[in-house]
Amino acid sequence: MNFDLLKMLIKGIVVLILVGILAGLIYWLLTVSQWSWMSVYYTLLIKGLWLTLLLWIFSCILGMIFAIPIGLVQVTGPSWLAALAKGYCTVIRGTPLLLQLWLIYYGLGSLFPKIAMVFPDFRTDFMWLIRLDAFWYALLAFTLSFAGYEGEIMRGAFLGVPRGELEAARAIGMSPWKVLTRVWFPRAVRLVLPTLAGEVVLQLKSTPLAMTVTVMDLAGVVRNRITQDTYIVYEPLMLLAVIYMCLTFLTLWAFSYIEKKVPQKR
Amino acid sequence: MAGQPGFPEILAFGPTGYGDELLFGAAVSVAIAILAYTLGLLIGLIGAMSKLYGSPLTRAIMQGYTTLVRAVPELILILILYYAGTATLNRLLESSGFAAIAINGFAAAVLVLGFVQGAYSTEVLRAAIQAIPVGQMEAARAYGMSPWLIFRRITVPSMLPYAIPGLANLWLIVTKDTALIAVVGYTELALATRQAAGNTKMYFTFFMSAGLIYLIITLVSQKGFALLEKRVRRGQRKLT
Amino acid sequence: MKLNRRIVLAAAAAAVAMMAGASTAAMADIKFGVAAEPYAPYSSKDASGKWVGWEIDLMNQLCAQMNEKCELVEVAWDGIIPALTSKQIDVIWSSMSITDERKKTIDFSDMYYNTPSNVIGQKNGDTDIAPDHLKGKIIGVQVSTTHERYAQKYFAPAGAEIKTYSTQDEANNDLAAGRVDYIQADSTALDAFLKTEQGKQCCELKGTVPDDTSVLGFGVGAGVRKEDTALKEKINAAIAELAKQKKFAEITKNYPDLQGIIATPEK
Repeated sequence: MNFDLLKMLIKGIVVLILVGILAGLIYWLLTVSQWSWMSVYYTLLIKGLWLTLLLWIFSCILGMIFAIPIGLVQVTGPSWLAALAKGYCTVIRGTPLLLQLWLIYYGLGSLFPKIAMVFPDFRTDFMWLIRLDAFWYALLAFTLSFAGYEGEIMRGAFLGVPRGELEAARAIGMSPWKVLTRVWFPRAVRLVLPTLAGEVVLQLKSTPLAMTVTVMDLAGVVRNRITQDTYIVYEPLMLLAVIYMCLTFLTLWAFSYIEKKVPQKR
Repeated sequence: MAGQPGFPEILAFGPTGYGDELLFGAAVSVAIAILAYTLGLLIGLIGAMSKLYGSPLTRAIMQGYTTLVRAVPELILILILYYAGTATLNRLLESSGFAAIAINGFAAAVLVLGFVQGAYSTEVLRAAIQAIPVGQMEAARAYGMSPWLIFRRITVPSMLPYAIPGLANLWLIVTKDTALIAVVGYTELALATRQAAGNTKMYFTFFMSAGLIYLIITLVSQKGFALLEKRVRRGQRKLT
Repeated sequence: MKLNRRIVLAAAAAAVAMMAGASTAAMADIKFGVAAEPYAPYSSKDASGKWVGWEIDLMNQLCAQMNEKCELVEVAWDGIIPALTSKQIDVIWSSMSITDERKKTIDFSDMYYNTPSNVIGQKNGDTDIAPDHLKGKIIGVQVSTTHERYAQKYFAPAGAEIKTYSTQDEANNDLAAGRVDYIQADSTALDAFLKTEQGKQCCELKGTVPDDTSVLGFGVGAGVRKEDTALKEKINAAIAELAKQKKFAEITKNYPDLQGIIATPEK
């Protein structure tokens, strides 16, 4: 009836629109777009990519190291520590990363003159702190953020390990530390490996925010150097999108490889 | 600066305090979030149904859409879509004879964030619909229910319990992603905060206040979703 | 179910109406794009949320002269040219200098003010800002400005490190914090900063950079799209008329710090 006709019409229109967009994109890529800037800026791009990788990988590793005690203490530990950890995770997950980054970089920066007023030697004694490159501030912000999100996930992971395994480990006389390192932690990590893959990808997608605080990572080089020098807006952004896509797929592939290697007996 | 009120007067409402600017920015952020979330849900429903019941072409298109959008950072997507989206839209309109429309920052932000949310919603809703026991769908078809009736009476109510945790997470993500709109210069809460902090040099005060506002939005939303989950799961066994 | 459907339809209609209304109602006005950051004394938001400043006053006079309704639209400075070319704004009115580089992408009206480019730095730092004295120093500039180009052209090859900020305000703050040794920007904007509490404590004027019009441009003009020749002519006519009526001097009277430094079409 006419409902089917309507459906076919809508499908036809959608297909036409998509084909149009694809054709337009290919036409633009082949004829109009300019890529000559790549030969001029490729050293900067490589340096930017390196900074992005450093920010991403180190914030993940350091954040994970902090996340383990944050998650664990919410399951076992004294209630005041657990409340502290829970509060930390709530604040980190409840506020935008951009705001946290700005607070750490500009907020701390606005404190320096105030401290210098009270302690006149602050500027000379702590020159290394004042001149600390924005990269370290971004690393700190991203690490704290990753720790907050993964702390919550590790809490679920530690809770999800079957009680029976822990009781068996204690029953055969393992010390609490041995139980943690030999049974609890490995099982917990295996439980959340798929989720961790997604979280690491999300962390990669957060790194471009560093460009708002003068870090010359990949996004910073594209937005704050290439676009402003050449006034070419879209082609560098496309390159950026393609590079991030490749990194994402690499990560997902790496994690699925690890998951296959890890025994998952149910 | 001489004559500038200190904390907490700087946060007051009225012409000398920035409290009203911050709250107005917060209202704009929430408005953008609600509209973008709804748009994302709509796209997600269409996308999920296409991925599950659509033709191979439809499935391929939706797969491409979700993979691409989820693999590129939101900030880059917002930058590309905000500038390129409005430019191409206007060029298309002009070449086909219509006048160019001026898409203001609010509408552009909603469309961009909604487009991004759609990809994530598709995945959440698809997983939720797949979790519905097959028997229910078979029984509905055996009764001779039309596809629309099945969707309205069986699919949507049954998939909601499975979808709510993911959808709650997506809501939190969209409220925080509105802060990224600050990078394109549209005044929502994050940019209003930065402007106020830049004017008064009281960075700590304003960023902390903005953080508090975001936290309140988050906590209220979490409470709301918990209530929603309780209602949607009535009659089913508790989760823990 | 009927009630739910009505609620959903009403909400959808409201949303569409809000967005459509927001879009079409503004079609008749000329949209003047201003960078969404404080740039005293030219454009900044006061505590009540109103935009004030020398440039804002001039904009109001210009629109009165052109007999048009003007709408002020905030955009990010580093995306202000794409915003113009994608028709989100019609005019760039944000202290943008007229340069040949920019003229490849957009067109400019006649110049409406011109000021030199200065360098300011820490109080007990070196006062000589010749490029060879700046080896190893850190210079802060705002992204996408003629000052950044100048620094990249003259100071970076001499061994200075250039840090780019998305707003001038952030560069000022980092200078006050001590993270950069110098910042290079517009002389009057830097004067306004040096008069603030923060500026008075930390920093002092080091000097004016030698001019280079190929980089620093020929003064500030209104940016328009290349195809908007009618709009450009209108703005030029209005600027000429305002100059004839000595309106520039009238506006500058409210900003005594600018007197004597700012060059306008009146002279």
